[in-house]
Amino acid sequence: MNLNIDFMAHRHIATVLSVLFLIASVVAFAWLGVNRGLDFTGGVLIELAFEAPVDPVYVRTILAEDGYGNAVVQSLGSETEVQVRVPPVPGIDQSNLGNNIRASLVDGIGAADLRRSEFVGPTVGEELTEKGGLALLVALGMVLLYIMLRFTGKFALGAVVALMHDVVIVVGLFCMFGWTFNLAELAALLAVIGYSLNDTIVVSDRIRENFRTIRRRKPVEIINISLNQMLGRTLVTSLTTLLVLLALLIAGGEQISGFATALTIGVVIGTYSSIYVAANLLLMLNIQSEDLALPTKDANEGAV
Amino acid sequence: MPDNRVFGQNLFGTKAPADQPYRYPLWRYVIALGVLVIGILYALPNLYPPDHAVQIEVDNASIVIGTRFTAQARDLLEGEGIEVKRAALTQRGSQIHLFSEIDQVRAKDLLESRLNPVGMERQFIIALNLAPTTPQWLRDLGSKPMTLGLDLAGGIHFVLQVDMQSAITKQLNDEADKATSLLREANVRYIPSEDFVSEVDVHIPFADASRQAEAMTVLGSSYGPPNHIIEEVEWRGALAIRIALTQDRLNEIEDAAIEQNLTGLRNRVNEIGVAEPLVQRLGSSRIVIELPGVQDSSEAKRILDKFATLEFRLEASVTDRPSQIEVLPYEGVDVRLLKENIVTGDNVTDAQQARDPETSLPQVNMQFDSIGGERINRATAPNIGRRMGIIFIEQRPVVVNEVVNGERVERTKIETSRRLISVATIQGALSYNSRITGISVRDAQELAILLRAGALAAPMYFVEERTVGASLGDENIDRGMLAVVIGLALVAIFMIVYYKVFGVIADICLTMNMIVLIAVMSLLGATLTLPGIAGIVLTVGMAVDANVLIFSRIREELKRSPPATAIKNGYDRAFVTILDANITTLFVALILLAIGSGPVAGFAVTLSIGIVTSMFTSIFVSRGLVHLVYGNRAVRTVWI
Repeated sequence: MNLNIDFMAHRHIATVLSVLFLIASVVAFAWLGVNRGLDFTGGVLIELAFEAPVDPVYVRTILAEDGYGNAVVQSLGSETEVQVRVPPVPGIDQSNLGNNIRASLVDGIGAADLRRSEFVGPTVGEELTEKGGLALLVALGMVLLYIMLRFTGKFALGAVVALMHDVVIVVGLFCMFGWTFNLAELAALLAVIGYSLNDTIVVSDRIRENFRTIRRRKPVEIINISLNQMLGRTLVTSLTTLLVLLALLIAGGEQISGFATALTIGVVIGTYSSIYVAANLLLMLNIQSEDLALPTKDANEGAV
Repeated sequence: MPDNRVFGQNLFGTKAPADQPYRYPLWRYVIALGVLVIGILYALPNLYPPDHAVQIEVDNASIVIGTRFTAQARDLLEGEGIEVKRAALTQRGSQIHLFSEIDQVRAKDLLESRLNPVGMERQFIIALNLAPTTPQWLRDLGSKPMTLGLDLAGGIHFVLQVDMQSAITKQLNDEADKATSLLREANVRYIPSEDFVSEVDVHIPFADASRQAEAMTVLGSSYGPPNHIIEEVEWRGALAIRIALTQDRLNEIEDAAIEQNLTGLRNRVNEIGVAEPLVQRLGSSRIVIELPGVQDSSEAKRILDKFATLEFRLEASVTDRPSQIEVLPYEGVDVRLLKENIVTGDNVTDAQQARDPETSLPQVNMQFDSIGGERINRATAPNIGRRMGIIFIEQRPVVVNEVVNGERVERTKIETSRRLISVATIQGALSYNSRITGISVRDAQELAILLRAGALAAPMYFVEERTVGASLGDENIDRGMLAVVIGLALVAIFMIVYYKVFGVIADICLTMNMIVLIAVMSLLGATLTLPGIAGIVLTVGMAVDANVLIFSRIREELKRSPPATAIKNGYDRAFVTILDANITTLFVALILLAIGSGPVAGFAVTLSIGIVTSMFTSIFVSRGLVHLVYGNRAVRTVWI
């Protein structure tokens, strides 16, 4: 590829776009909130496959009659499969609820194959929410530290802001569309951090190399050259990753779809952010070649 | 010259001048080939699909399971029209491989009805199992397939919370009993009370300061560091001695409680009859139980959930003080029993459900350990003709709503029900063997199981339960495999189209990476889950990144250098970038591993291993392959 796109010319548009997206995400988060799944809220979920198609409305009636009025009933892929969810009810031990609901539906409708059944106690859910948030923070902190050691503070800041940008927007989109956020989606979010980081580091690495080898050019130009050099690679890697995610979305089934969706969005945004957010921030921080000058020979002895 | 040295040395390049034809050392090919061969050997067992099998183990039967037994079981099944694939003798018993899941369930029911006659103590444990079909020559190499997680194999996952406060309270009660009896022996009078024990400490009040001081000298020798804190305090307007447990001692109690509960649960899980159960501590106060192949959680819970024990006590005599007596109803009549236990269920080593040979009424035969046997003998020998009561204590968790500081909070409380199940006149001195009569068949059956399974140090309640049906498990495997195949195919085609000859090399490396990844996971005994498969798929997409980095660098270098130099520089200069990028991704994967249990951990494990193996294949192996194609000749054009 022999590209010479002036990425940095559009950087102000990109800044506005990113800020708008971030604001929208924060608003969605504050206003709509995350649709936390069973893993985080606690409660009961049960999926049954009946021998003949069943009407969710009928299922709801039966459950209401048997005293499970707060149950949410939903048809899954095929019409014979039904998912029943019961939110946690304070003061009631729900550990046997799944079995009771199953018995009630088998009585009312007919034999059913148990696909899956889950019960998560309220304390477990709360703990996971805490642990999950902590994990995100620890991940960002460690990344910051590593890049500060391997690069410089300005690169570290650029990388971490890019990561936060990605995470906030992915979570924001989950809020906007009301997609369920479970443990698997949290794992996807952390994988997005890993992926976006990978991209950002590769670009930063080249920017650093070019700052050292190319003289008498303005930082904007050097960053543009670096981005153009890496564009082919960035796009190819994003493409191969998107290809396998596509495979997961097509073949993986309902249980993995949330995970694959979160990652797909993350990869797209991660690719964008490694071009526009991380590099853009370097310019805003007024990066100079002195920041990256090779240490003198003496200082380099024994160092990394 | 870019700094391509890491930790002072260039790991993958050499210092050969760029204009000379570069020779790739032979030992590198040997290593690459060696890794490939070992990888194939250890990944291979995963290609043999497991059989639906039934496993038979001895429970109470005196028969030793041998080849004859196995052959008979096979004949029985074939006689009923169930085709048997293979019947083998394993370390644990017989394993009968069948052709389908339907046959498996039928075979289990058949064997159950033949081997465990109704009304008798269970003779054999018959469990459903997915048996690996790894050929012998691979098993000789220690090669075995990955274990499938519950979301792929089907089964139940439980998490239990151990109620630590109750273990601590139990300990404090013991301390209070011990302290007051020490004081009585030394004739130091304390003010009797019903509630010496609070949630954290014990208070013993005294009428005046001299008694308090006296008590302090009596108790001082038995209580103190490192296990206790003992001090003189004022308590509810009286002078008192406060005894509390030190943090070290509290930790010890918690550890002991968890350990004892684990042992108890393992025994109970064995009662359920599962081929390969897992019972493991999770964090400081939780226990995780996994029962592969089990579908009915209510049945499993009925056995796991019940926490019962027994207390054996003498009936109170007229001379006993009211504070030592507990009154319990029995068949409509109040019975006065001493509060002091002779023995408890803890001292029972074995219990069998049986029937009285004369009256044919249900009963439980018990055996005590040496302490229990001695105690019951000492208590009953001088008391022939006096009555003894047996209290059945059952505990179950109840969630209660409470208002604390104006906020509604939930608390799981343990509800204890105590029932006097037997009051009988002592006919003769009892010893190590004893029996309980006067209970229903169902109670006898459960009591026997619960006594055998051992008492639990602290009550537990379920905080998480996940069941995956067998049909969904199978579907998850199929879908996961399909996703891997489609993902691999799409990436492979793309790489060939985009990088031509180098694309073929990248594909070879990718394939090798999959083999090595699966081999490492099998060797480590890692569990494959659905998110784990997602991790493998993602690895496929991301593993080519290293090759993409190298190849795009080579393309750049080709613009200013001859092919041989371009290839060399491409590999050398891309290396640092690859290392940096992968190390940071590895960080994130390790954080995932640290926070995650279950699905997240499965994903993190495959991702971490995938990162390491992909570094090896896409740098070390691909460089070898590139040199095999372009290395030893004058190259004019490179297909990239």
